[in-house]
Amino acid sequence: MAKGTDMATEETEYLEQSWALLVWRRFRRHRLALVGAAVILLLYAMAIFAPYLAPYPPNDVNPARRLELPSLAHPFGLDELGRDLLSRVMYGARISLSIGFVAAGISLVVGVFLGALAGYYGGVVDNIIMRTVDVLMSIPAFLLIIAIVAAVGPNMLNVMVVIGLTHWSGYARVTRGTVLSLRSQEFVEAARAIGGGSLRVILRHILPNCLAPVIVLATLNVAGAILIETSLSFLGFGVQPPTASWGTILNTGRQYMRNAPHIALFPGLAITVTVLAFNLLGDGLRDALDPKLKL
Amino acid sequence: MTMGQYVARRAFLSVFLLLGVSVLVFSIMHMAPGDPVMMVAGLEAPPEVVEAIRKEWGFDQPIHVQYFRWLRRAVVLDFGISLTTRERVSFMILSRVPNTLKLNLAAYALALCIAIPVGVYSALRQYSLFDHVGTVAALLGVSMPGFWLGLMLMIVFALKLHILPVFGMGTWKHYVLPAFTLGAAQAAGLMRMTRSSVLEALHQDYVRTARAKGLAERVVIYKHVLKNAAIPIVTMMGFRFAYILSGSFIVEHIFAWPGIGRLAINSLYSRDYFVVQAVVLMTATMIVIANLTVDIIYCFLDPRIRYD
Repeated sequence: MAKGTDMATEETEYLEQSWALLVWRRFRRHRLALVGAAVILLLYAMAIFAPYLAPYPPNDVNPARRLELPSLAHPFGLDELGRDLLSRVMYGARISLSIGFVAAGISLVVGVFLGALAGYYGGVVDNIIMRTVDVLMSIPAFLLIIAIVAAVGPNMLNVMVVIGLTHWSGYARVTRGTVLSLRSQEFVEAARAIGGGSLRVILRHILPNCLAPVIVLATLNVAGAILIETSLSFLGFGVQPPTASWGTILNTGRQYMRNAPHIALFPGLAITVTVLAFNLLGDGLRDALDPKLKL
Repeated sequence: MTMGQYVARRAFLSVFLLLGVSVLVFSIMHMAPGDPVMMVAGLEAPPEVVEAIRKEWGFDQPIHVQYFRWLRRAVVLDFGISLTTRERVSFMILSRVPNTLKLNLAAYALALCIAIPVGVYSALRQYSLFDHVGTVAALLGVSMPGFWLGLMLMIVFALKLHILPVFGMGTWKHYVLPAFTLGAAQAAGLMRMTRSSVLEALHQDYVRTARAKGLAERVVIYKHVLKNAAIPIVTMMGFRFAYILSGSFIVEHIFAWPGIGRLAINSLYSRDYFVVQAVVLMTATMIVIANLTVDIIYCFLDPRIRYD
């Protein structure tokens, strides 16, 4: 490595500075990750301000101009009821981004909590939790999710909860591993010796050490959750029409593929850009937070 | 622990794993509000059919009795009769397994043929144009929803250019689009993994030593770098193989491929829950068995693993 020497000097400089600053400096060097972060911010802004930014109301139908190809007035064209596709894709961002975010949040809370319990208490608790992780990992998750969502009723809340509750095994494994390796370290013993209760020791002294892998996992997890949600909606087991969501628009696009391929093109591009942005951000965060991390 | 003990312990754990899976699969039926019998039979079913199903599956019994009755039959692959086609569920599934296997094997082979050479070459020429293009392509591949890629390929190659069939199964041409759609995502993941493993191996001390003692670059690459980089790659290939029956649900649905994925999704549409349960249980069983096999092969190849 040619960069070896100047990296060493940079490293000594860093010793004086806080961890966050160090991470930021390493992250800033990762240009693609910065692009990813910027795209994510833009997408969230677009989702939040969709009512102000969208050129037309998303559910205004215009049957006379159905399936019209993209034009200046309608850059993404019109759908099977003559609704403006650009506006619908913008509104669709609200669904996918919130489901991705909330589902990943649920997985994170459940996974970190159970992983910490398993690692800290060991024994039977550990066995029960980790065998559950094994079970979850050996079921074809996608089919399981559709089956459960179809059974409990396809709507936004159920989709978020079911995706969240089936994808926490990665967090549990990472947290458990960190807790196990730290449980017997001096600083944890010291915290316990001065009277810190289990909860305090876990929350204040152990969990902060899992932060790096958990943040990376969560970023990639949002991307995964968005892919699952759009697949569910595409198959008709997710968000129900007439609500605009990327998956449901794609589903209509499939029926009009022959005459109006633009209907399937744009929501798919939106999904790809969003998922790509989260993957880039996740990669950059992994390199910045902990270059040795393997996820 | 001896090798035999390790294998016995892993096999024992797998049985428990399968019991756990079966509880989860069984409980899907009971998650919905309302009467599970109505869910199985459908809301328009005549009362005598509803009563017959209630009797046959013991829906009037306590839940643990129902579970064990269901499990006893599931073990011998008796999943009952499909309520839409009146066929035996196990027959419906087993007759479609070969089609799913063929499609996934084609995709898997395609993924290996693309991912490994491209990944290795990218790593050896790090930061070259080839590497950048490959890295971007791989990132796109993992970020693109498979079903969307499938639709786009279908529009271009089948509907516009008319060089490939739109859907179905028959000639080799029918394989091209679905196998590529499935293989692209797998290739992308495998390529990223291959690239990083080779890069890691390139920076090891033994590679520097090999170069320092004057070995030809070709020998260093083949004997020292690639051999060591192969370990994580082969592991990933093994675990990917476990999902060979359960990775193609949506692609089969889009391309009307007569496999178990399409069967599962169609059964969900017609609320044929016996079929859905059976597909989940059978594919999960395949995953558990495949993982167990990989683990056992591994413990013969690399004795260190047993001490984990």
